[in-house]
Amino acid sequence: MSGDSSRKRILGRVRRALRDVPASEQPADHPVARDYAEKHGERSHAATVGLLAENLADYRALVHRTNAPGLPALLTRLLLERGARRVAVPAGLPAGWLAAAPAELLVDSPALTSHELDSVDSVVTGCALAIAETGTVVLDAGPDQGSRRLTLVPDHHICVVRTGDQVVDSVPQAVRRLSPERPLTWISGPSATSDIELERVEGVHGPRTLEVVLVTGDPREL
Amino acid sequence: MRVGLFVTCVNDTLYPHTGRAAITLLERLGVHVDFPAEQSCCGQPLFNSGYRHRTEPLLRRYATAFRDHDYIVTPSGSCAAMVRDNYPRIAAKAAAEGRDAVVPRAVTEAAARTYELTEFLIDILGVTDVGAYYPHTVTYHPTCHGLRMLGLGDRPRRLLEHVEGLELRELPGAEECCGFGGTFAVKNPAVSAAMGADKARAVTATGAGAVCTVDNSCLLHLGGILAREGSPVRPVHIAEILAGTKDDPAPPLPAPGTTRTARTGGAR
Amino acid sequence: MTGTYLGMPSFPRAAETSTRDVRLRANLRRATGTIRAKRDRAVAELDDWARLRAAGAAVKDRTLRHLDHYLVQLEESVTRAGGTVHWAADAAEANRIVTGLVLATGEREVVKVKSMATQETGLNGALAAAGIRAYETDLAELIVQLGGDLPSHILVPAIHRNRSEIRDIFRSRMADWGLPAPEGLTDSPADLAEAARLHLREKFLRAKVAVSGANFAVAETGTLVVVESEGNGRMCLTLPETLISVVGIEKVVPTWQDLEIFLQLLPRSSTAERMNPYTSMWTGTTDGDGPRTFHLVLLDNGRTDTLADTIGRRALRCIRCSACLNVCPVYERAGGHAYGSPYPGPIGAVLTPQLRGLASPLEESLPFASTLCGACFEACPVAIDIPEILVHLRERVVEGGPVTVRGTRTVIKPAKRHGTERAVMRAASWAFDHPRALRRGQRLLARTRGLHPRRLPGPGRTWSDSRDLPDIPPESFRDWWDRTRGGTGRAGGTS
Repeated sequence: MSGDSSRKRILGRVRRALRDVPASEQPADHPVARDYAEKHGERSHAATVGLLAENLADYRALVHRTNAPGLPALLTRLLLERGARRVAVPAGLPAGWLAAAPAELLVDSPALTSHELDSVDSVVTGCALAIAETGTVVLDAGPDQGSRRLTLVPDHHICVVRTGDQVVDSVPQAVRRLSPERPLTWISGPSATSDIELERVEGVHGPRTLEVVLVTGDPREL
Repeated sequence: MRVGLFVTCVNDTLYPHTGRAAITLLERLGVHVDFPAEQSCCGQPLFNSGYRHRTEPLLRRYATAFRDHDYIVTPSGSCAAMVRDNYPRIAAKAAAEGRDAVVPRAVTEAAARTYELTEFLIDILGVTDVGAYYPHTVTYHPTCHGLRMLGLGDRPRRLLEHVEGLELRELPGAEECCGFGGTFAVKNPAVSAAMGADKARAVTATGAGAVCTVDNSCLLHLGGILAREGSPVRPVHIAEILAGTKDDPAPPLPAPGTTRTARTGGAR
Repeated sequence: MTGTYLGMPSFPRAAETSTRDVRLRANLRRATGTIRAKRDRAVAELDDWARLRAAGAAVKDRTLRHLDHYLVQLEESVTRAGGTVHWAADAAEANRIVTGLVLATGEREVVKVKSMATQETGLNGALAAAGIRAYETDLAELIVQLGGDLPSHILVPAIHRNRSEIRDIFRSRMADWGLPAPEGLTDSPADLAEAARLHLREKFLRAKVAVSGANFAVAETGTLVVVESEGNGRMCLTLPETLISVVGIEKVVPTWQDLEIFLQLLPRSSTAERMNPYTSMWTGTTDGDGPRTFHLVLLDNGRTDTLADTIGRRALRCIRCSACLNVCPVYERAGGHAYGSPYPGPIGAVLTPQLRGLASPLEESLPFASTLCGACFEACPVAIDIPEILVHLRERVVEGGPVTVRGTRTVIKPAKRHGTERAVMRAASWAFDHPRALRRGQRLLARTRGLHPRRLPGPGRTWSDSRDLPDIPPESFRDWWDRTRGGTGRAGGTS
């Protein structure tokens, strides 16, 4: 049986199954009321950032705050505390962020093998945006984030969020800002499972430690 | 205001004292109640078992029996839900399938005039203190159809909280089904009994003397399990609690093992 | 034993055994009790939950009413983005397509992300028959696979296993599938998760082909979405060179914006979290990032038959969150295996008989596996009125009627086993419509009340095995009314 005939068959079955739908009905004729909230609650931007920090921490992400000039020192300290000697970075990570870090940097590229990535201690990236209400950071494979596997294979991920322009309140606001043409990874805390007696355990296959740095000011020029 | 009592087939046959208690209560509150004898079963056992067509004569019968009543009051959450939730749908389907003996408009109108007893007391009569006296500890099990289909909310509890002498005990896991489910009780006896046993255990653990619901069908199942297990808790319909007063008290709770018929002389 | 759903006994028989399994009951009670409380809190955080739920239902209904349009649009979008779309009318065809695609890569191993669609088609067995080993990578699926078991829950397939059982399975079986369990493995969930991490890591790093499902497929953009927790999904979706996603045709949603609804409804309903740890979204292929080849297999396998039933089709709104399982008192006692399908619980009781047809006593028994308590409808994030569909399917079982089987409309006969019941119901319906006859029956019952036993013989034992019968009152309400108030009511039927 060829694929084409199954295509025809399935679409034919769908059309026959929908005989009750008037032929004149267009998809948009079936109403969808989008009267749900665009965000939940009224907050100042500072309070939204606070909510993000709170929700990240609630799902066991480690949250740090700094200003743009303080970012390199903070990142260096976090990597030192972790004892990270090999650190993966996306190609577009601002050079100044890790200039002082006493670590070997592996720059993301298609040539990097998964086994090589498995041997690094940490990965440092930026993000596309962060969602306060859910405690989520979203990566869209931008130059300061790299390919999807970069933030997956290493056991320790430090993700930098610019509080000034990267924090949104809600899922609807995030969806409206993101582009589906880019591969997206939404991350809410370290990897976790509830598969054993529905009890949440942090840390399975993805990074078991997620650190989020909330930075004020613009660290892109560092 | 013309009020008709829809007593339901289960109450008519097995729990007449519940119907009598409802009459006593409503008359005490100044409501003249009438009982059209053409009424019958709401058809729920048939409908829920898949025999929708067989319920159609009963819809017609209901709409006719109560055509002149402003309000139809029933001491059963699940029968009220059957009428209010399912009657309009069944009638519409019958009409769509070309059987016009069931008049959707008459059925839908009758359904809209139908109230479960506690709804009628609170929403229509506007009373929460019905002047009842019931000197016992009671735990309340919200039955599924009352809770989820009718949306009775805390109406039964509000009424119970105003009963003098009554001590209300919280029932852990109250909102979980007792496992009756009509023919489910005989089609899936193992699961039904397991659910009932869990519910009976929770009821007994409250230490209450009685377990109260708005539905005798659930009590038929739960009471049967409590009796079989030798639990000291007695099943009692909320109408019987609300019907008792200091001057004319509800009969004392029968001792475990004695029969419920000992109480039928109580509510008048 | 190796898990299979074939030849499962009907629900009441399977449940009779499982309700007696004390350990299963305890495992399920603890697990579902935990998640119920968490879900209530997660849902209560959103004051617009009811509106989100209505919007989710409406989007799904719009999609289903115009499914042909959206499927064609999805195919165009995925193809434009560099993917290849295949169409599978049934399970066998889906398995044939996937097997062929894997063989064409020259690989003999695949890693799998938990996917309801491939459980439904029995893909792993088909792959094995072609000499391809499929590794389940979701922790619970791994537990099920290592234990030669069947999944019993949509979200947590090994919910029927407690921690010490899982430790024993890891200790005895991991070595057969790759890296053995670490020495001295304890039963703490953290240790067990660590054992799974070690066991699976080398498979992820080595794998060239992955098979997944998807939670959503966006017609407008061709984007696929996988919602997960552990990171095994990300591993499978990004490390291998070839990705094959098997997706039921009802998983399509019209627009990118629609995701803002479902990404709020799904996590809170399923794992009771504000957001699940990882959500992956990909549109076709991306140079230098992720698989170079992407295949989307669109699966019918009974979905169009379900779609043909205007009431039953609402079950196709399902987003597989499993909230209905977690609140279902019948599921909690009977366990997932009694439902004889990858879709257990209330949603399974309406989906399985529709996807497979009322083909055997098992499917015929599923619509009756509910007290109609309504907890499932209340919890459903896309407002599927499961009790209504259950009653509708009961009607098909006992009275027969029009159904669609593999695309052909036909009329089925009433199920044979319900013959006696049908006669009883016919008699009951007649009696209820003839109150005089009813009254004669009541009086007979009352006159013989001294003779009624506490326990019934024969078929009545299904009632009285566990419950006493009530006392029969000496006088029905009707007779009391006539005796004390006779004449105040209307006269019809009273004489």
